[in-house]
Amino acid sequence: MKKTAKRKINNIFKNAYIGFVYLFLFLPIIVIVVFSFNTSRMNITFQGFTTKWYISMFSNTTLMEALINTLFIAVVSTFVSGVIGTLAAVGMNKFNFRGKRIIEALLYVPVVIPEIVLGIALLSVFSILNMELGLFTIILSHITFSVPFVIITVRARISGLDRSIEEAAMDLGANKFKTFIKITLPMIAPGVLSGIMLAFTLSLDDVVISFFTAGPGSNTLPLKIFSMIKTGVTPEVNVLSTLIILVTIMGLACVTFAQARKIKSIKN
Amino acid sequence: MKKGKNKDLLSMITMIGPIGFWMILFVAIPLVYVFAISFMRKGIYGGVEFAFTVSNYLETLNPLYLQIFIGSLIMAAISTIVCLLIGYPFAYLISMKSQIKKNLLLMLVILPFLTNSLIRMYGWITLLRTEGIINKVLIYLHIINQPIQLIYNNFAVMLGLVYCLLPFMILPLYSSIEKLDMSLLEAASDLGAKSRKTFLKVTLPLTMPGIFAGSILVFIPALGLFFIADLLGGSKSMLIGNIIRNQFLTARNWPFGAALSMVLIFITLILVAVYKKAGGSMDDLV
Repeated sequence: MKKTAKRKINNIFKNAYIGFVYLFLFLPIIVIVVFSFNTSRMNITFQGFTTKWYISMFSNTTLMEALINTLFIAVVSTFVSGVIGTLAAVGMNKFNFRGKRIIEALLYVPVVIPEIVLGIALLSVFSILNMELGLFTIILSHITFSVPFVIITVRARISGLDRSIEEAAMDLGANKFKTFIKITLPMIAPGVLSGIMLAFTLSLDDVVISFFTAGPGSNTLPLKIFSMIKTGVTPEVNVLSTLIILVTIMGLACVTFAQARKIKSIKN
Repeated sequence: MKKGKNKDLLSMITMIGPIGFWMILFVAIPLVYVFAISFMRKGIYGGVEFAFTVSNYLETLNPLYLQIFIGSLIMAAISTIVCLLIGYPFAYLISMKSQIKKNLLLMLVILPFLTNSLIRMYGWITLLRTEGIINKVLIYLHIINQPIQLIYNNFAVMLGLVYCLLPFMILPLYSSIEKLDMSLLEAASDLGAKSRKTFLKVTLPLTMPGIFAGSILVFIPALGLFFIADLLGGSKSMLIGNIIRNQFLTARNWPFGAALSMVLIFITLILVAVYKKAGGSMDDLV
């Protein structure tokens, strides 16, 4: 009896600790969401409830432009790094070639070096190539830092695959391209999906590398918010953030739900 | 390996060609170029003059910069330790839950990090500033009479670093604790080891790879996240990232900025080498 009471108290402590860490992680986000409904323009005290910023945000052209730029960059760079990365992961698994170790080593460079170093390195190269900084250079940079993540995630999936299925398809007369599209790609699809999801979120959130590779007139959302924090944030930013959070929660909820169902069906 | 077939060569080129090209053009060449710039002289109009010099590296030893450098290393080290102290028990407790709960709890760790890091920093500003929420609550609870300075100092910068980097500690810790063979812990306690001894002699050594990976993933970015120091720090709280940013964008002294970047790369290489020597896998750093 005494032991169960002790265990209960112990469990309460454990769950309180977990809750406390989550509170720390979510506290600033809760604040952002709450203040998106604040009547006051300043994010200092909560003066009253309103939804007016949810309407005025859509007519804030610079904010909307930054949002569209950010989404455009994320979509294009995710697509390109998804294609290059998937091809590379499959190819590196299949072939041995000279310089393979060098490429493998280079892949880890954007992963481990501080972002700022990659940012200034890309800026330097764009400047010797005389490339004008703008959306295009940001997209190139985002592909550079996200492609290794795609390759590593896809490769992790490939290493657990049964190669004999591909061989069987070839034996049955499918050519290489057909085998790749019909057999390999569906098998590695979960890896590709998590790889591109990672690439997409990395691109959306990037501050440091965009900071160096963006030019005048190519404002992204993080850069816009960065300059606004210094000059004065309007609740419209809170609204936009709240909506972004809402979309991510819904996306994640779908993924978690699907996973939970899968685990249950495996158990049954 | 199959050899000599032209078709094989063609498919190899389509698969490997793009990534090889990309990595060389946008990773290898830029870094080699930064390395080269670090030995050049600053041009009159902020460009780079092609003349060999080591003065940029000597400049890093200037007490003014050295002080920031050491301060930044200390802040990164403290942030890493704090992340480890918060993250280890947390990852341990989560790994004891049922599979469905584990997935849900991990999702909840990742969720805040899918919202923009600047927005989250802005949330902290709202919380920490003198007329901010935390001070108001503390005054309301009569814990303090006067608002206390919570922001625009090194404390706030470290809080921001810990906040931003905590998941990068939790996730590798979680995956190494998750792999732990529970029967070993049972064996230790069956053989009479107290729980503290079991932890120190069994759990801790076995989860070392996770501790190493997490520490690298926190320590290295903590040297460079200049925007956190910009937004939460005072005029004196600067990270190495801030000096590099200033050299490239405001002071226009690229060679010195490049030399500082090479020092950062050097620190990274040493840490990664130690990590690999200790048996860590590079893929765990992703």
